This record gives sequence, C-alpha cells and structure tokens, in this order.
Amino acid sequence: MSDNPVFEQLQNEVDDNDVVLFMKGTPMFPQCGFSAAVVQTLTMAGVKFKGINVLDDMETREGVKQFSNWPTIPQLYVKGEFVGGCDIIREMESSGELKQLFEEKGVEYAN
Amino acid sequence: MTIEEQIRTKIEEALHPKHLEILNESHMHNVPSDSETHFKLVIVTDQFDGKSRIERHKIINNLLALELSSQVHALSLLTLTTPEWDSNNKKIQPSPKCLGGQKTGLSTKAH
Repeated sequence: MSDNPVFEQLQNEVDDNDVVLFMKGTPMFPQCGFSAAVVQTLTMAGVKFKGINVLDDMETREGVKQFSNWPTIPQLYVKGEFVGGCDIIREMESSGELKQLFEEKGVEYAN
Repeated sequence: MTIEEQIRTKIEEALHPKHLEILNESHMHNVPSDSETHFKLVIVTDQFDGKSRIERHKIINNLLALELSSQVHALSLLTLTTPEWDSNNKKIQPSPKCLGGQKTGLSTKAH
C-alpha cells in the first residue's frame, strides 16, 4: 500500500483538510456531471471543502483509485475518512445523514 | 456477449437479486450511439442486509472490476435490501447530466 509515492501526498491532503473532494475539473468548472453533483451538494451543505482535480495529474488520477480502493471519481473524504462517491453522497444528502456527519465530525463551514 | 449481458450474468450469479435493473446511460454522454460505457444499476438483494453503502458498492465494484478497468467508465449504483426498496417507493434518482469531458477537449475521457 505505501509503496506508491502518490499515497503520501494524498494522505497529507486528507489529513490537512476537513473535507476533500477528488474530482474531475475544479469546483468552479467541473468537467463531469458526477463531480458537479457532489460539488453542488457540498456547496448547499455550506461546508468548506478542497477540490482536487485528478485530471491535472495522471498519477493522482490512478493513485487515488488504489488509495481508496474505489474505482471511480469523484471521491469524498471527511476528516481523513472515505465517505463515498456521487451515489452515496446524494443518498446521504437525501436522508439527512450527510448533514449529520458534518455536524458530528465538526467540519469547518464556508463563510 | 454484450457488456450489459456480462454485468447481468455476474450479478445474478453472485447476488441472486430480487430486482435488477441495468440502464445503459451511454446515450447521455458524448460517445458513439451503440456504446456501453456508462451504466446505472439498481440492485435489490438480501445479501446487502447489515452492510454499509460502501461495503455494498465494493461488492459490486469487485464483481465488475474487469469491466470497470476496461470499457465501463461510469457506474452509478443504487444498492438496496428488499425492505429498503419497498420503502423507497421504487424510486430511482436520475443520473447527473454529462458535462462532456470529451466534448470540451479538455480531458481524454469523461469518466
């Protein structure tokens, strides 16, 4: 697991930021509908999050799939913990579990 | 065998679903009209009892690892137990609209 140098970089990102979204494109200009849907959900929830564009770097794009043991993008991390991809986030949003998770974890909210 | 048939066979054999829908959503994306690149699966099986969303998705991702690493670029999943499916009123949330990763020429693959 730790033999991939990209993993350390990914670990640092999820350690240093309360909410991290690995996505295609940027929060301002998502390049995939699934990524855009999660950006919208996080924006509505009002949390501060860091979007990391996996299209910027092929090693990140492939590395994050192994890092999370998850084959698709987007991927959401909250306080260092993998929460899921687009379907899971949208289901959690509908059921109120996402809001609850953010509150329980005490994440930082956007101004 | 088409990819769709391949997916159906694997899931039926492994999970004996009470309900299985395989929606080929490739037509919503910027790919040739007969493509099998984007799928949404609705899987209802008692084998999901007591499992988290991540665990359920991982079962499917592992079953379809070969397809996901080759032709299939996007896989949207709704994974429910029979009681969840009944109380869900058998509703399926629409997939997000494609933002045309390929169309913009900014990335080589949409997913």
